[in-house]
Amino acid sequence: MRGYLVRRLAALVATLAFVSVLVFVAIRVLPGDPVLVMAGPEANPEVVARLREAMGLDRPLPVQYVEWLAGALRGELGVSLQYDVPVGALIVSRLPVTVPLTAMAATLALLVALPLGVYAATRARGPGDYLTIVIAQLGLAVPSFWAGLLLILLFSVHLGWFRSGGFDGWSQGVGAAVRALLLPAVALGLFQAAVLMRATRSSLLEVLGEEYVRTARAKGVPEGRVIAKHALRNALIPVVTVAGLQLGQLLAGSIILESVFALPGLGRLALGAITARDLPVVQGVTLFVASCIVIINFAVDLSYAWLDPRIRYE
Amino acid sequence: MAFAVGVAITGALVAAALLSLVWTPADPLSMSIAGRLEGPSRAHPFGTDQYGRDVLARVMAGTVTSIAVGVLAVAVGAGVGVPLGVAGGYVGGWLDEALMRLVDAVQGFPAILSALLFSAIFRPGITISTVAIGIAFVPAFARLARGSFLALRGREFVLAAAALGAGDARLIGRHIFPNSLAPLIVQATTSFPVAIVAEAALAYLGLGTQPPQPSWGLMLKESQNFLSLNPWFAIFPGAAIALSVLGLNLLGDGLRDLLHPLRVN
Repeated sequence: MRGYLVRRLAALVATLAFVSVLVFVAIRVLPGDPVLVMAGPEANPEVVARLREAMGLDRPLPVQYVEWLAGALRGELGVSLQYDVPVGALIVSRLPVTVPLTAMAATLALLVALPLGVYAATRARGPGDYLTIVIAQLGLAVPSFWAGLLLILLFSVHLGWFRSGGFDGWSQGVGAAVRALLLPAVALGLFQAAVLMRATRSSLLEVLGEEYVRTARAKGVPEGRVIAKHALRNALIPVVTVAGLQLGQLLAGSIILESVFALPGLGRLALGAITARDLPVVQGVTLFVASCIVIINFAVDLSYAWLDPRIRYE
Repeated sequence: MAFAVGVAITGALVAAALLSLVWTPADPLSMSIAGRLEGPSRAHPFGTDQYGRDVLARVMAGTVTSIAVGVLAVAVGAGVGVPLGVAGGYVGGWLDEALMRLVDAVQGFPAILSALLFSAIFRPGITISTVAIGIAFVPAFARLARGSFLALRGREFVLAAAALGAGDARLIGRHIFPNSLAPLIVQATTSFPVAIVAEAALAYLGLGTQPPQPSWGLMLKESQNFLSLNPWFAIFPGAAIALSVLGLNLLGDGLRDLLHPLRVN
């Protein structure tokens, strides 16, 4: 396991280096002048020159990159032009919305997907199985932001049970905060629930065909115990991987739901920064989210190797 | 059965797109102050939007946007990803290692993140959203192409061709590539509905298609301000997305079973 770990860690560092290069290239190298973007096309040439110098854009690109990366590694991502606050602090201040939203969506998705997947697999090719397959297809087809709109239409416009958006912060009580995040989390988790349900179903079906399951049945182990004790534990290994890989997608998806429900999270921060031409914020948020996704995928890889020793010797 | 439904829905989608190029029930851009935010009626089967524009005509016209972005984004993803995967899988060694780390890094950029990044520098628009979606497809195409090239490069028929004097280009173009095509076709089909949802999402966020060009995501964005006045306005464009994605998913599942006979049990 140690050799595997070292190799994977080296790969992670290389991958994160590429992530930083991609973000840097997108902002500084692609045609389009970041200074003109921030200062506006009619800016005074003197202001433009000063901004260019302040941002270090008059120096060679490799030097700029190294300085920018060194700062980023210390958590210094520049200062927001719009709020005049360090970008790192801005990002941290938005996490209490984005992280719980993502976590709630993932939890809801698992709570729905696992029982439905097991139900479908144990009734394979029966009416219950087909019904869950149809539900999963619908879950895959309905885009999260439309699901969000439909939830608003039903639960706030018609029934008046929930607010149509907004978030007052955790200081107003956990109940109120969870309530504000519930509809967006349901909308966000819908697609993942469908994916996980299909993964659970097919994985469990495969395991139920294995010899050791037949042996357990032949020994007279009750069916419920066969599934819970023998089949499900092995069937869940690939499901854990799928769920982990979906976490990164959920994080990116939360950007959309934050917009639908007017939640002050990372996504709204980045979208607002685009309107305000606040490049350091856009750069900081994309670097942060992309790095998170890469690290999550890495953690999933490791957990998979830990759960299934065969992977380590590939 | 599911495959037939998929073919039928996809056929209807393409037909609606083609029809909208020559005929729509009303001009998708013509406004009418008197007939704003109406529900479905004989004159406007899907109702009207906040400018009195016919929603059915705009949903039909939006089909073209969705299909165009889908085709182009898949082309970008395959056009960049397949050569990367081929290079890595065929050459191997440090090049393969470096390319795969690059692909891992690109995996960290879902379409929405690249679109945010590009929109910061360029004016947000349909080009940006198409490229951003295409970039998000690169890792899957690269991994698939690499996987098949790794598997095929040591097979007897390839070694035989090499022994007969075939050069790299001939080995890749004539012998390996044609045999790795099936999974790539399936990947292209399954990427297409993802692109449609991503286009709508980016347009919804203001990072993609811009008004007055009709896009399903943009229509949903506009409808959100009028949910209590005309809920139908939020129903039809979303249903169009969901139906298209459903049809294309069923089509993709069916194609995968057809092209991977071993997977069907």
